[in-house]
Amino acid sequence: MKELIQANHLSKTFKLSAKQQKIEGTKEKTKTAVNDLSFTAYEGEIFGLLGPNGAGKTTTLRMLSTLIRPDSGDAIIDGSSILNNAEDVRSKIAFLTTDLKLEDFFTPNYLFDFFSELHQIPKEMTAERKKMLFGIFGIDKFAEVKVANLSTGMKQKVSLAISLVHWPNVIIFDEPTNGLDVLTAKVVTDFLLDLKKQGKTVIVSTHIFSLIEKVCDRVGVVVDGHMIVCDTLEAVKNGLSLEDRFFEIYKESVGDRDV
Amino acid sequence: MYNAIITIFKKEIARFFGDKRTAFSTILLPGIMIFVMYSFMGDALSNQFSVDEDEKTVCYVQNLPADDTLQGMLQSGFTVKELSSEKDLEKTKEDIINKEADLCVVFPENFEKDVHIDRSLVSADNTPEVQIFYNSSETASSAAFQTMTALLDEFESLLANSFDVNRQKDGVTFDLASDEDSAASVFASMLPMLLLMFLFSGTVAVAPESIAGEKERGTIATLLVTPAKRGQIALGKILALSFIALLSGASSTIGTIISMPKLMGSASDNLSGSVYSVTDYLLLALVILSTVLLLVTAVSLISAFSKSIKEAQTYCSPLIIVAALVGITAMFGDGASTNTVHYIIPLYNSVQSMVQIFSFEAVQTPILLTVLSNILYSLIGAFGLTKMFQSEHIIFSK
Repeated sequence: MKELIQANHLSKTFKLSAKQQKIEGTKEKTKTAVNDLSFTAYEGEIFGLLGPNGAGKTTTLRMLSTLIRPDSGDAIIDGSSILNNAEDVRSKIAFLTTDLKLEDFFTPNYLFDFFSELHQIPKEMTAERKKMLFGIFGIDKFAEVKVANLSTGMKQKVSLAISLVHWPNVIIFDEPTNGLDVLTAKVVTDFLLDLKKQGKTVIVSTHIFSLIEKVCDRVGVVVDGHMIVCDTLEAVKNGLSLEDRFFEIYKESVGDRDV
Repeated sequence: MYNAIITIFKKEIARFFGDKRTAFSTILLPGIMIFVMYSFMGDALSNQFSVDEDEKTVCYVQNLPADDTLQGMLQSGFTVKELSSEKDLEKTKEDIINKEADLCVVFPENFEKDVHIDRSLVSADNTPEVQIFYNSSETASSAAFQTMTALLDEFESLLANSFDVNRQKDGVTFDLASDEDSAASVFASMLPMLLLMFLFSGTVAVAPESIAGEKERGTIATLLVTPAKRGQIALGKILALSFIALLSGASSTIGTIISMPKLMGSASDNLSGSVYSVTDYLLLALVILSTVLLLVTAVSLISAFSKSIKEAQTYCSPLIIVAALVGITAMFGDGASTNTVHYIIPLYNSVQSMVQIFSFEAVQTPILLTVLSNILYSLIGAFGLTKMFQSEHIIFSK
């Protein structure tokens, strides 16, 4: 299997403001969000990053999508380095998180064309993809409704469709089903599986065990910026349910580092 | 070659003009407001100092001298009504207090005779005294008082006429200033500051919304995960915002120029923008364009630094005050600065270049220096904005 994403020893440290230091009860001026984190995702699989809030999942995904630079380490995505070929990386990936919003003022139709243009997609292909993606997510009826007037679920679907205008091989989703009702969440998970069928490589981060169990081929458990375990779903579970296994791993790792 | 600048530019324009209300309040409204306000101010000012021309003020006079010249002069300005007794005089004063009458003039009894006595022979105490009663709280009365005083002064100088100054004669003009010059002095002192302020307010109306606003709403990160280069995004935004700020500035300027004659009253009879040549307008356009670029870049940088639209606008207000102060320099001093170095100081260079152009003293070197230095500063600013778009602290700070 081809290694499509290789994260090599990624580290990222943030400065803490005086107020944050107080909240965290620490005298240290910095907080290490991601610490020497490495993993590999293979072509055509769904890789899950599992961890509690604040474990560093979002920071890792932001580094992979070149929105922030790692302090050290690098990642190679489909042959391009996130450090040296950031623009290449951005043309090869889709990055979707609830932090990335669409402008309320425009319609899904306009935004789809706008982002297609930024990705330099030919006009005919844009129209074709729009038809397909709007069809999958049922956006057709809302294509000319301003984003501001869409429901939360529909906004998320539109974001998803628009993040895929360039139909990339690598798709990175930060908390893909967060805040969605069960029906919309199902549309999204089904779509993830569908993407996998089409040979796409997907990385999802989540703290929802069921999502990982349903869609992921391999999973990495992240705690406090460290990659604790990274293996196939079956190997990680080791005969237990993912939930039970996770708490076991969590206890061990936190115990190990004497926190 | 594909360029994201155009895509971003088009989106910003679509965003702005798609919102009819923003477009109206940013572009049309300033021009209309300025026109209405200045016209109203102009009308109010001229009304305050003029009384109805058709109806002469009634002037009550006691002991009206028989002198034809004096009577003629009085009748040219007033409807003269003679008072016959002290009782009438008291009643008239009462009327003035109650604002029912405007003016009452009391000549001494032997006015005609007394005024012809050689002043060098009598003591100052015996100088005849004319008393004018009026009510300063009443505009018409106040104006009548001034007219009467001027009239009597004129009469006094007629009595001992040693020489005339600027006697009115057909075909002789004493104010040798040409139409051009009078227009120039008004334009050169007022327009640079007004233009600068208009451009600035146009910029502050759109740039924080487009940059700090996108940050605030989290839409800028969506833009940044596309393969578009940060520099192209920055330039696309700056160019689109400059275009909108220019339209807003143009609307305010047109409003000002149309209402200027009303504001200036009769002093503006010769005021016309047509006294300037095409070259003047071209240079002005260059200066304005480069100034807008500079302003938009500066406000964009501030906006990228701010966490919200509100914060950006707050940070902009000191800059607006500085710009106003710099604009005021156009009203003082004798024409534009001749020190070439001054033309690389941002804002000051634009104001001084405009003074040069409006007062027909346009010298190409300093103006080109202004334009080039403004463009250079804008490029540096655009580069800074690119760097800020790359910075996670800037994009994700909340």
